[in-house]
Amino acid sequence: MAVLLLAEITDGQLAMDATAKTVTAAKPLGDITVLCVGATCAAAAKEAATIEGVSKVLCAEHDLYGHRLAEPAADLVVSLAGDYSHIVAPATTDAKNLMPRIAALLDVMVISDITAVIDADTFERPIYAGNALQTVKSADTTKVISVRGSVFDAAATGGSASVENIGAASDPGLSSWVEDKVAESDRPELTSAGIVVSGGRGVGSEDDFAMIEKLADKLGAAVGASRAAVDSGYAPNDWQVGQTGKVVAPDLYIAIGISGAIQHLAGMKDSKIIVAINKDEEAPIFQVADYGLVADLFDAVPKLIDAL
Amino acid sequence: MKVLVPVKRVIDYNVKVRVKADGSGVDLANVKMSMNPFDEIAVEQAIRLKEAGKAEEVVAVSIGVKQSQETLRTALAMGADRAILIVAADDVHNDIEPLAVAKLLKAVVDEEQPGIVLCGKQAIDNDMNATGQMLSALLGWSQATFASELDIDGDKAVVTREVDGGLQTIKVNMPTVVTVDLRLNEPRYASLPNIMKAKKKPLDEKTPADYGVDVGNRLEIVKTAEPETRKAGIKVGSVEELVTKLKDEAGVL
Ligand SMILES: Cc1cc2nc3c(=O)[nH]c(=O)nc-3n(C[C@H](O)[C@H](O)[C@H](O)COP(=O)(O)OP(=O)(O)OC[C@H]3O[C@@H](n4cnc5c(N)ncnc54)[C@H](O)[C@@H]3O)c2cc1C
Ligand SMILES: Cc1cc2nc3c(=O)[nH]c(=O)nc-3n(C[C@H](O)[C@H](O)[C@H](O)COP(=O)(O)OP(=O)(O)OC[C@H]3O[C@@H](n4cnc5c(N)ncnc54)[C@H](O)[C@@H]3O)c2cc1C
Repeated sequence: MAVLLLAEITDGQLAMDATAKTVTAAKPLGDITVLCVGATCAAAAKEAATIEGVSKVLCAEHDLYGHRLAEPAADLVVSLAGDYSHIVAPATTDAKNLMPRIAALLDVMVISDITAVIDADTFERPIYAGNALQTVKSADTTKVISVRGSVFDAAATGGSASVENIGAASDPGLSSWVEDKVAESDRPELTSAGIVVSGGRGVGSEDDFAMIEKLADKLGAAVGASRAAVDSGYAPNDWQVGQTGKVVAPDLYIAIGISGAIQHLAGMKDSKIIVAINKDEEAPIFQVADYGLVADLFDAVPKLIDAL
Repeated sequence: MKVLVPVKRVIDYNVKVRVKADGSGVDLANVKMSMNPFDEIAVEQAIRLKEAGKAEEVVAVSIGVKQSQETLRTALAMGADRAILIVAADDVHNDIEPLAVAKLLKAVVDEEQPGIVLCGKQAIDNDMNATGQMLSALLGWSQATFASELDIDGDKAVVTREVDGGLQTIKVNMPTVVTVDLRLNEPRYASLPNIMKAKKKPLDEKTPADYGVDVGNRLEIVKTAEPETRKAGIKVGSVEELVTKLKDEAGVL
């Protein structure tokens, strides 16, 4: 058995946390070869080679792969697939874009967002916004899998795998990149932060959302948001936590002015400690909170910022 | 141009999901079923393309049990022109995998020759987030997933996608498969007259055999379990008490 693991790379930079967590998940499945794909990815490949448990790194550096377009990257992975029993990637938006395409080209089912490896064919994954856990056994020869990072620890570094450069596959010429709108931020990345402070509709406006950000900065935390807060324009889309946003499991999650809809809980209920601040004592968020404070957030949050 | 919109009948998003005691799956008997919320957004977008003069016809298609008719009637009431139902299961608990759904959809695309397929980004029951990408692969078409903006300009579509880092805009060749995200639009409600009219719109019924597609599953469900539930903790009386608890009891500050 052999695993081809797709490293998460953005603009030449390896997302170490997401990639190393996926290495941990994939270890029981066989010898791990990491594939780095990008317009510039030599540095990322070198870094990936230090993850313990990685035997080899393949580096496909080509302009074609510059903007994480699904079609060319899928063709490349399919051209390599013959040597592997499992093709694995972290369940990021890039992998969610790519993995089903690879699976269909190989005529196999994709297995999305797994939370446990039972054996080489059998995996656990949440369904219905995490309200049920399904164990599924695959009859396919190649397993194409994305891994939910929040439940695995990152593999250590200190290894020294070999790096091999490989050529690009042909260009399907189906799509092209126009632009990225990426918010620059010094805050920790949402899915790997130790503390997440999230605001909901209760925060009331984009201006008042600054209060949530101020609290986060005081704690060295990442900022999250409910869908309602994003839809209302208080926060950008990449802050959304939940079934259709990001899944987080920090040591501390502070939900402020968030009611606790199941779609939101799906993204944060595995956090170690949950704090809820809400003026409605009946809000469902209190059913999952370790510490609940029934209070007006406009009163409580400034006090909290001062108390820290 | 014709627009094809695959719509899935799923448990309503407000329903509390219960796992069956024997671990064989989720209990779907006598629960409210609705159109997958992402698919409502796809139908809405298709109708807007028609209203903007960019499309002539909107065809909705669903694969599943016979009752998926109701979901298709909803799409017709919103404004789709006709519908295709592929009856592929006789028990609501028997869901068809994205790969098989994609193969059936490919057969429908071969027949209907749409210029664009608008899928939901994920179905809220199995949360696979796969069907649109798989269909695009089988067709050898371009794909644009998680769309929050869509603009069709001749033989290209410009799509803004919601990705982990923020937003990405790409240009794809037509024909294409687009999967839609929540912020693309706000779906309309069907008016009563339109619901009445929808009853008269054509709805074709087919089977997978008509398309020569095997809908056998590649994945076997070994078991379905309840996740561990969290217990409610305590209420604290003040910000000071909260900070003390987080420092001394939880040790997270
Ligand atoms: C298909 C689908 C997918 C979805 N995916 C997601 C997802 O990924 N993530 C997500 O979050 N949601 C998602 N949703 C939406 C979800 O169902 C809820 O609508 C949303 O989470 C509600 O956000 P909220 O808690 O901020 O707002 P609300 O439910 O409106 O809650 C606001 C809360 O703020 C409190 N409040 C108001 N004012 C104050 C104050 N001054 N002080 C203190 N408290 C106050 C209120 O008591 C209330 O509890 C999805 C929905 C669907 C249909
Ligand atoms: C391992 C495994 C085995 C399974 N076997 C069974 C089983 O035996 N019994 C069981 O109860 N369930 C089973 N399922 C569930 C099922 O096979 C698929 O996971 C499910 O049908 C498709 O996934 P999804 O709905 O999440 O699709 P997604 O890919 O998330 O759907 C995205 C979009 O594709 C379109 N689409 C998807 N399905 C349809 C459809 N039927 N008609 C029209 N459009 C559609 C819609 O536009 C939708 O928004 C299994 C699931 C897994 C993971």
